[in-house]
Amino acid sequence: MSPLSRREFVAAGVAAGAGLIIGFYLPHGERGEQHGFSPNAYLRITPDNKVTVVVARSEMGQGVRTALPMILAEELEADWKQIVIEQAGASTLFGDQTTGGSASVKSTWDPMRRAGAAAREVLISAGALTWGVPRSSCTAQAGSVVHAASNRRLSYGELVAKAATLPIPTDIPLKQSKDYKIVGQRLSRVDTPSKVKGEAVFGIDFHLPEMKYAALSRSPSIGGKVAGFDDKDSRKIAGVRFVGKIGDGAVAVVADSVWGALEGRRVLSVNWEEGPNKDLNDAAVIASLKQAALKKGASLYSAGDVNKVGGRRISAEYQLPFMAHAPMEPGNCTANYSGSACELWAPTQVPQDCRDSVAQAVGLDPDRVKVNVTLMGGGFGRRLEHDYAVEAAQVSKALYDSRNGGPVKVIWTREDDMRFSTYRPASLHQLSATLDGAGWPVAFSHRIVAPSISGQKGQAGTNGIDPDLQDEAAFVYALPNVSLEYVPAETPVPLGWMRSVYALQVAFASESFIDELAAAAGKDPLEYRLHMLEKDQDIAYFATTWKTARMRAALQLAAEKSGYKTPLPAGRFRGVACFACFSSYMAEVVEISMEKDTPRVHRVVAAVDCGQVVNPSILEQQIQGGIVYALSNALRAKISIDKGRVVQGNFDDYAPLRMDETPTVEVYAVPSVEAPTGIGEPSVPPLAPAVCNAIFAGTKRRIRSLPILG
Amino acid sequence: MSDFTLRVNGNEKRVSVSPETPLLWVLRDTLQLTGTKFGCGAGLCGACTVHVEGSPVRSCSTPVSQVAGKSVTTIEGLGANGLHVLQQAWIAEEVPQCGYCQTGQIMAAAALLARTPNPSDDDITRAMNGNICRCGTYERIRKAIHRAVAGGAR
Repeated sequence: MSPLSRREFVAAGVAAGAGLIIGFYLPHGERGEQHGFSPNAYLRITPDNKVTVVVARSEMGQGVRTALPMILAEELEADWKQIVIEQAGASTLFGDQTTGGSASVKSTWDPMRRAGAAAREVLISAGALTWGVPRSSCTAQAGSVVHAASNRRLSYGELVAKAATLPIPTDIPLKQSKDYKIVGQRLSRVDTPSKVKGEAVFGIDFHLPEMKYAALSRSPSIGGKVAGFDDKDSRKIAGVRFVGKIGDGAVAVVADSVWGALEGRRVLSVNWEEGPNKDLNDAAVIASLKQAALKKGASLYSAGDVNKVGGRRISAEYQLPFMAHAPMEPGNCTANYSGSACELWAPTQVPQDCRDSVAQAVGLDPDRVKVNVTLMGGGFGRRLEHDYAVEAAQVSKALYDSRNGGPVKVIWTREDDMRFSTYRPASLHQLSATLDGAGWPVAFSHRIVAPSISGQKGQAGTNGIDPDLQDEAAFVYALPNVSLEYVPAETPVPLGWMRSVYALQVAFASESFIDELAAAAGKDPLEYRLHMLEKDQDIAYFATTWKTARMRAALQLAAEKSGYKTPLPAGRFRGVACFACFSSYMAEVVEISMEKDTPRVHRVVAAVDCGQVVNPSILEQQIQGGIVYALSNALRAKISIDKGRVVQGNFDDYAPLRMDETPTVEVYAVPSVEAPTGIGEPSVPPLAPAVCNAIFAGTKRRIRSLPILG
Repeated sequence: MSDFTLRVNGNEKRVSVSPETPLLWVLRDTLQLTGTKFGCGAGLCGACTVHVEGSPVRSCSTPVSQVAGKSVTTIEGLGANGLHVLQQAWIAEEVPQCGYCQTGQIMAAAALLARTPNPSDDDITRAMNGNICRCGTYERIRKAIHRAVAGGAR
C-alpha cells in the first residue's frame, strides 16, 4: 500500500472520534519498527497499550468490524476502549475470507475466541514471571494482569516485551457464556461516527493522486460483443484521455473526472454484435423453467415415501422472477497496474477471488496482486462477484500499456448496476402434500426448479445440486414422508447470490403452501405449524442437523410477542411463516391491511434463534434490515428480460421500499448459549410468505407468484 | 470549461468545469468532499442531498451552473460547531448499517427540521420519502429525528 493511502485511512479513523482507528492491515514485514506481541495473525498488542484486532471479513453494513473484535476482546479480557481495528486485505493468513452466507460470526467465532484466549494466557504468564508469583494467583481484567494478593497490576502494553518471549499454549481454556462482559452487550458500532459525519471512505470515495476515472459501455444484450466503435465524439469531451476495448464485451472511456467519463461514454458509438440471446424474453425464461420441470431432478432430502401414503392430495405451483441486489453504492473499484504488479482498492466480499481473477486477467502471479478492502455501501451478495475488480485492473493495464499512466477508478452508474448485475435466479416450485383424515399432513414434496448459480459459474455440485441449497432448502418439520428435489434449469441470464439466495424462493413456496394446507384442513396456520413441530426431532440435512424444538421455540416466541391469540381490529389481518437457514431459525408474524389490492404491512414481529447473540443492537439492525429488504423483494422486485436485455434501469422501475411503506419491526431472540449462527439473511425468507398468508387471511386470494404487485 | 464560484460550507470555492457538470461531481471530484454520495444519478434516491441556500437539493441532477454564486452546505459543513444535533441523534440511535445513504438522509432531515422544528410522523415520512436506504434503517431514522427534536443526544 502506498504511504498516502495508509495515512488517509488512518486519518479517517482518527476523525471518527471513537478512539478507534480503522486502518488497512499491513502484512508481516511492513510493520516497520513497531515492537509488540503478536501471537497470531488476528492480534497485535503494542507497548502503547493498544490492542489491534485484524478483521478478515468485509464490512458492508452488517457490523463485522464491531462484532468480530468483540469476540476476540471478550476472551482477551481487553478493555474495549483499547481496541484498534485493522481491515485485512486479501491474505493467505486467514483461510477463506469470503464474506457471505451469513457466516462471518459463525466461522470466526472459534478462531477469534482462541486468538484472544491464547494471548490472555500468555499475558497472565508474563505478569506472573515479572512478579515471581504463582501463575494461578494472577488474573486478567480489563486490559491488565492483576495480582490481587499484592494489589499489583500491569497493563497489557507493559507486558508485551515479556509476553513476546513466551511460548503460546496449545490447550487454551475458553470462557463460559455466563462470564461474558463484552459479547452480548449493545456496544456502539465502531463505524457509526465516521458514517454520520461523511468521513467514512467507501470504495467509490477512495482517491489516489493522478487517478483517472473510467466508465464502460457494455453490451446491452446478454452475451453480446463489441463489433466496432467510433470514439471521435467521445474524444471531444473535455478531459477524456483514453478510449479502448476491454475484453470482448466492453469499451472503456477514461477521463480526468467521473463526469467526463460518463459524458464520453454517452456520446460513444459502439456497434454491437448482439449474440445468441437477442430474442430472450420473460416468456422464454418461464418456458425454459417449465421445460426443465419435466426432467427428473436430484434428491436433496428424502424421508419415508411420499408416493405410498393415502389421503387427500393437494398440489400447487409457485413462481418467482429474477431480482437484482441494487446496493446503494454502485459498482466501483480502483486499480493501479504498474507492469510487474497491480494494487486494488475494492469494495468486495471476496478479496481473494479478486486477487486471483485479476492476476489471471492481467497476466501476473497472484502474489503480485494486492487487494485492499474498502468499506462497502451495501453488498447483499452483489460484491461476491469480482467483475468490478477485473474491469478496473484491465482498464489500468490498458492505460499503462498506452502510456497513459495507471491508477484508475472504474465507476458504474445505477443503470449499469441494474442491467449488468448477476441476478437472483428465477424459479418454479411444484409442491404437493397428502393430508390424513384429520387434515394433518403426512407427506410433503417440493420440487425446486431453478438454474444453478454455481453451475453457471462452472462449479456445479454433486448431481448438479447447487451447493447453496445445502444451507437454504431444509424442511424443518417432523413429517414421516418428505421429498425435496432440485431440478436444474438453464439460463443465459447471469446469476448471483442475493441475500438469502435460494432460501427466499424455497420459503416463499413452502411456507405459502403450508398455509394452503392449513386452510384446506380448516385449521389455524400457527397451530398447524406447531402441530408439525410438536415432536422433538433431529433433521439431518446435508451438514446441518436441524432441531424441530428450536424452530418451535422461535415460532412460539414470535406468536407470543405478536399477541397472536388476541383478535385484530377490523380490517387487519395476520400472516405467519417460519424458516430455518444458515444454521439459524426464524419466525415472523405480520399484520397487514388491504388498500384495494395492495397490502400495507404495519407490523412485523420476528423471533430468531441464532445461538449466542454477540451484539443485540446489530442483531436488531440485521433483522429489521432483512425484513425491509424482503418486503421490497416481495412487493415489487422483478427483473424482466426483453430482446435479450434487462428492462429495468433505476429506482423508478425497480423501486425499493421507502419510509412510507416500512412497517415497525420488533425483534426477539430465543435465549441461547449455543455457538452463534447467521443473522444477515435468515430474516429475509419468511417475510414474503407471511405477507401473502396475511393477504389470504384478508381476501381468500392466494398469491403464488412474486412480486405481489407484479 | 467555465469558471464558477460557489460558497461551499462557508468558504468561497472557484472551480473550472463544464457548465452542465452536476454539482455532485464538482463536490466529490473537484473539491474532494466525498461525504455526498452517488446513488442513482436521477434524483430518485436522495443519497446526493445537499442544501442550496438552505433548501434540500439533489446534487446529482443540479448542474453547477445553476448554483453559481450560491451557498451550498454538505454533510461536511452541517455541524458548524461540532456535530449537528441530528448527527448526535444518529449516533445515539445507531442508525447506519452500511452508512452509504446516511449523509443524504441526515441532510434531508436537517432541511425538514429547519422549516418544521417539531415534525409529526407524517411530516417525517413526507420529508424522508425521497431517500432510499437499502439496508432498511428507516425505523431508526425516524427514531433519531424524534430524538433530535427532543433535544437529547443520549
